[in-house]
Amino acid sequence: MQPDAPPYVTSPVGFPLTGQTLLQRLAAADAGERARGHEVLARLYWRPVYTHLRLKWRLAPPDAEDLTQEFLAGLCADDTLRTFDPARGRFRTFLRGCLDHQVANARRAGQRLKRGGGATHLSLDFAGAERDLAGGAVDGEAVLEARFRAEWVAALFATALEEFRHRAADGRHAVHLALFERYDLGPASGAERPTYAELAREFALPATQVTNFLAWARREFRRALLDTLRAGCASEEEFRAEARELLGTDAP
Amino acid sequence: MSARSHAVAAHLREVLRVPEVPGDRYQIRERVGEGGMGVVYRAFDRLLGREVALKVVRPDVDPEAFTHRLRREAEILARLEHPGIVPVHDAGVLADGRAFYVMKLVRGGRLDEVAAGQGRAATLRLLLRVCDAVASAHAQGIVHRDLKPANVMIGPFGEVLVLDWGIARILREPGEGPAVPGTPPANPAQPDDTAPGAALGTPGFMAPEQGRGDGSQVDTRADIFALGEVLRTLAGPDAPPALRAIVARAKAGDPAARYPTVEAFAADVAAFLDGLPVAAYREPVSERLARLYGRYQTPILLVVAYLVMRLLFLALRGL
Repeated sequence: MQPDAPPYVTSPVGFPLTGQTLLQRLAAADAGERARGHEVLARLYWRPVYTHLRLKWRLAPPDAEDLTQEFLAGLCADDTLRTFDPARGRFRTFLRGCLDHQVANARRAGQRLKRGGGATHLSLDFAGAERDLAGGAVDGEAVLEARFRAEWVAALFATALEEFRHRAADGRHAVHLALFERYDLGPASGAERPTYAELAREFALPATQVTNFLAWARREFRRALLDTLRAGCASEEEFRAEARELLGTDAP
Repeated sequence: MSARSHAVAAHLREVLRVPEVPGDRYQIRERVGEGGMGVVYRAFDRLLGREVALKVVRPDVDPEAFTHRLRREAEILARLEHPGIVPVHDAGVLADGRAFYVMKLVRGGRLDEVAAGQGRAATLRLLLRVCDAVASAHAQGIVHRDLKPANVMIGPFGEVLVLDWGIARILREPGEGPAVPGTPPANPAQPDDTAPGAALGTPGFMAPEQGRGDGSQVDTRADIFALGEVLRTLAGPDAPPALRAIVARAKAGDPAARYPTVEAFAADVAAFLDGLPVAAYREPVSERLARLYGRYQTPILLVVAYLVMRLLFLALRGL
C-alpha cells in the first residue's frame, strides 16, 4: 500500500473516473458501469457513514460495521436513490438523512439492527476507522454534519490520490510522482517540508525541473480529484458546487 | 480517516487553491473578486514595485477550456488600447497549467454604486465615456457581449474602465475592413466561441439574438442593446420620455431597429443632456416648447422682459 493510501483501498480504482456522475453510473443499463458506481459510492461514503453511526447513534462497533455494509448495499439494491431530489439539498445530506431514517425506524420497531444478512461485504478497514474515533461521541447536528463532510473530503482526496497514482504509473512519470509524494504527501505531522533546492539535490535534478515536475503532478492530481468528485456527486450542478467549495476561493 | 489523512487533504486543498506563479516576480496578496471564468487576485509586482491585478482561471473549472478563453481575453485587452479599457501588463501559465494574465489594479467603485450617489446628468456623462470605450472596441472589431454596470469601474479620479472581456467576440481581425452591422463575422467558427445554442452573457442585458445562443447573429448591436439596459437602470423609474425612447430604441428586439452604432446611441444621450432634440423621440409641441424654454431660458426671459418693458414704455407714452 502506498503511504497515506486510504486504509480500506486494497487496489487502485482501476477504471476511468471520467464523464459520469454517481447517479448516472448507478442508473446505467450496463451492469459493469453500475458496479463501478457502487464501488465509488462505497469508497467515498463508507467512512462518513460508519463515523456517523458511531458518533450520533452511538452504535457498538459490530452493529455500526454491519449497518454500514447493509446501508451501502441497500442503497444500490432498492429504489432509495431514485427519491433523491437535488432541489432539496446535496447528495451527502440526503444520504445522511436516509441513514438516520433507517436507524430510527429500526429502533422504533424495537428490532435489533440487522447484521448485514445477505449483503455483499465490502473490504472495509473498520479497525482503522475505530482507532481514529478516539474522541468518542459528539453532539449537535452542525458538528455531526461537519464531521460527516470532513470524512467525505478526506475519503475523496484519498481516492483521488489513488486515481492519480494509477494514472501516473505509466513509466514516464515516476520522478514526478516521487517528488509529489515526497513534497506534498511526505512530511509527517509537524515536520518541515523540504525546499525545492533540497529536493533538487535529493533527486539530482535542476531546481527548475523540480518546479516543473511538481507542477505537472499537481495539475494531474487536480484533474484526478475533479474526476473523482464528479464520479461521487449526484449531478453536474452538485459537482460544480462541491468543486467550488473544495477548490474555489469561497470557504465551505 | 486518520488525522494525517485529514492533514494531507488540507495541504492539498491549499496547494490547489492558491495560484503558484512561476518565478518570483509576482507575490499573491489577496483575492479581490471572481467571475464565472476567473478569480482576480491583488498581487505585488516585485520587478516594478507596484500592485497589480492577476486574473487566473478558476481552480474548479475545466482548465483547458477556460485557459483558452482567458488567454483570448488577455489578447483582446492587449489589442484594445484605450483609456477606458484596462491595460494588460503580462500573461503566462501558472505552475499547475492554468493561464493567468496581469493587468492594472483598478480601484474604485462599480458604475451602479457610484451612480447611486450622483445626479442623473453626471451618471449619463459617465455612460458616455463607457460608450467611448465600447465604440473604440467596435472600431477594432470586438464586441464585448457582457456590458452591465458591474463590469464598469469608476476610479477615484473619475476614470471609467470597462472590464471583463472574457466572452468578447472577435468580429474581424486587425487589418480587415470595418465591421458592417448585420453581416456575419469574418471568422464565424472561432473554436473558442459560444457553442451553438449556448447563451453567454447576463440575463436582462443580453440581446434576444445573444440569448438564443445564435453566435452568428451577434454583432455590435448586441452591445447597443446592453447599453440601452444600462441606461435604463441608471436613468431610474422616473426617466423622462425622451430618455425612455432612447432606451426603447437601443433595446429593440430587431437588431435592425436599434441604433446602428454606439456613436449614434451616445449622440442621442448627449443630445438629451444638452437639451437638444433626440433622434429616437418625436416630441409633442408642448414638450418641444418646454425643452426649448429649458435650454434657452435666460435669453427667452431677457427678450420677454425687454418686450414687457417696451410695452409698458409705449403704454406710458400713450397716456
